[in-house]
Amino acid sequence: MAETETKKKGYAFSEEGMRKLKGLMKDYPSTDALLLPALYIAQDEFGYLDDAALQYVADLLKAPRSKVYGVATYYTMYKTKPTGRHLIQVCTNLSCSLLGAEHILNYLENKLGIKVGETTPDNRFTLITVECLGSCGTAPMMQINDTYYENLAEEGIDRILEGLK
Amino acid sequence: MNDILLKNINRPNSIEIETYLKDGGYKSLEKALKEYTSKEVVDIVQKSGLRGRGGAGFPTGKKWEFAAADKNTPRYLLCNADEGEPGTFKDRPIIEKDPHQLLEGIIISGYAIGAAACYIYIRGEYDYGAKVLEKAIAQAYDKGFLGKKILGKKFDYDIYVHKGAGAYVCGEETALIESLEGKRGQSRIKPPFPVNVGVWGKPTVINNVETLANVSHIIKNGPEWFAKMGPEKSPGPKIYSVSGHVNKPDNYELVMGTPLKDLIYKYAGGIKDGKNLKAVIPGGASTPVLKPEHIDVKMDYESVGAVGSMLGSGAVVVMDESVCMVGVARRLLKFFAHESCGKCSPCREGTHWLVQILDRITANEGSIEDIDLMLDICDNIKGKTFCPLGDGAINPVLSTIKHFREEYLMHIEEKRCPVGYQHSRWCL
Ligand SMILES: Cc1cc2nc3c(=O)[nH]c(=O)nc-3n(C[C@H](O)[C@H](O)[C@H](O)COP(=O)(O)O)c2cc1C
Ligand code: SF4
Ligand code: FES
Repeated sequence: MAETETKKKGYAFSEEGMRKLKGLMKDYPSTDALLLPALYIAQDEFGYLDDAALQYVADLLKAPRSKVYGVATYYTMYKTKPTGRHLIQVCTNLSCSLLGAEHILNYLENKLGIKVGETTPDNRFTLITVECLGSCGTAPMMQINDTYYENLAEEGIDRILEGLK
Repeated sequence: MNDILLKNINRPNSIEIETYLKDGGYKSLEKALKEYTSKEVVDIVQKSGLRGRGGAGFPTGKKWEFAAADKNTPRYLLCNADEGEPGTFKDRPIIEKDPHQLLEGIIISGYAIGAAACYIYIRGEYDYGAKVLEKAIAQAYDKGFLGKKILGKKFDYDIYVHKGAGAYVCGEETALIESLEGKRGQSRIKPPFPVNVGVWGKPTVINNVETLANVSHIIKNGPEWFAKMGPEKSPGPKIYSVSGHVNKPDNYELVMGTPLKDLIYKYAGGIKDGKNLKAVIPGGASTPVLKPEHIDVKMDYESVGAVGSMLGSGAVVVMDESVCMVGVARRLLKFFAHESCGKCSPCREGTHWLVQILDRITANEGSIEDIDLMLDICDNIKGKTFCPLGDGAINPVLSTIKHFREEYLMHIEEKRCPVGYQHSRWCL
């Protein structure tokens, strides 16, 4: 997408976002290293990273769009598609599976009326599976946005979801 | 137990610098800077026998010596806080509950190798941990433990936190470097080694969180104290993460060489629900599975190697008799196939082929040739990839075929699961 098109979509970092990015510049000997942090800022500010958002980051860092796209699609934590307000990430790696991750997933699918990979019609929840998040000793677990929920049991899940509007 | 590295984690306000200082914190930094030259610190760590806790067990002092010997500057220290090896959750309490212990180790280590700065590469999901570290770093600057002329010495040093974004392979040191440089985290072929050509082309030491957390204790108590703890070739304290079918899954800090049996039965409270033990992974998902007959093994690099597995990160995953081992192999291979960075074809293609075969065997649609086919694919991955992810990926397949071949045969010949498990979509 051309730069003009980005502008048309109105994407630009807020003052705060710009300040964050500028603040990071002194941390690295090369501006190339700002790409991952810049994508996080973009994701925070724009919700997810569509083509226009990626173009904006590319322009900002004077990086090739192909590189920005390549990086954004390589890492699982960058969202190139919109998600619901609360991204439910259920770990299904070994330790969590041994202790019932599958049941947690089934419960969530039933409760929310969606399958893994889908978003509820009210845009409140998106349900995905993830690999080990370093909570294997408190399995099964899920992460919702940035927060960990550990030692999950079906009974506790309703209460967790109710708190998330 | 839990008396060195994990000693502080349950104290109130353990993340505050004042708490840490009250307990003699940053005294080792003072000692290192005032009493020793950089080279002497390297020698002390060499003498202690400390080996990397990130998985490979490389002697830490040796690595530092290589980097310090390269005259190219600036040099960098990278703290590997990517903690992604499934089953591993030992670095997290250090980061989240005792950040200053880690920072003190990072500053002393930076002094030893003559580094200009350290980047803590922390996995993106550890957002809370990253915040704890940022705050602790600010406190350390305030007290003059970071910045210019630290403790009045000619030593300038900075620490930065850099968040990963969800890619297991970025825990591999060369992929970590690529990622820090703002690229897709794809491993580089070695040599050159990072100690000579690392981040931004400069000499770079990469150490795991737990490795670096040991450093202040070695300076404080002396290398002999450390070297005397546990087996001669891999001394010191070790945090073992125990998970799966045990009564008390948790981190247990014990001396290196603690028997696996004690970990499972004495510390982690034995197998849940009175069931029998079927299998154990001793060092994280990429280490070969062991059988109950192996659990007398001492948990150190040499001993676990001698029974055909690896100590890895010390992440013990315990499985009881209700588990299908073909299912375990399938689940882990799905992980490795997903995480392969795609740079070399044996790993990129081979892991997916293995998943396809394991999918059909667990669905009771496999054929007897599939076992040899898998062995052949593994053989074509082993030693033929750019980074060790490929070698790790085949371990769940090879070790389950070796120790639990009858379970494969049951799926293939009798068209049933040995434990009656329903073939499922996501998990086991
Ligand atoms: C696929 C793969 C993933 C790895 N993940 C990690 C990790 O998450 N944390 C870590 O400290 N080391 C990890 N390592 C090991 C590092 O490459 C490296 O050996 C280690 O960080 C060196 O530090 P140490 O000598 O202090 O152990 C990984 C290695 C491979 C091959
Ligand atoms: S072994 Fe796998 S992860 Fe490592 S470089 Fe090759 S494709 Fe990438
Ligand atoms: S296996 Fe789920 S957090 Fe590690």
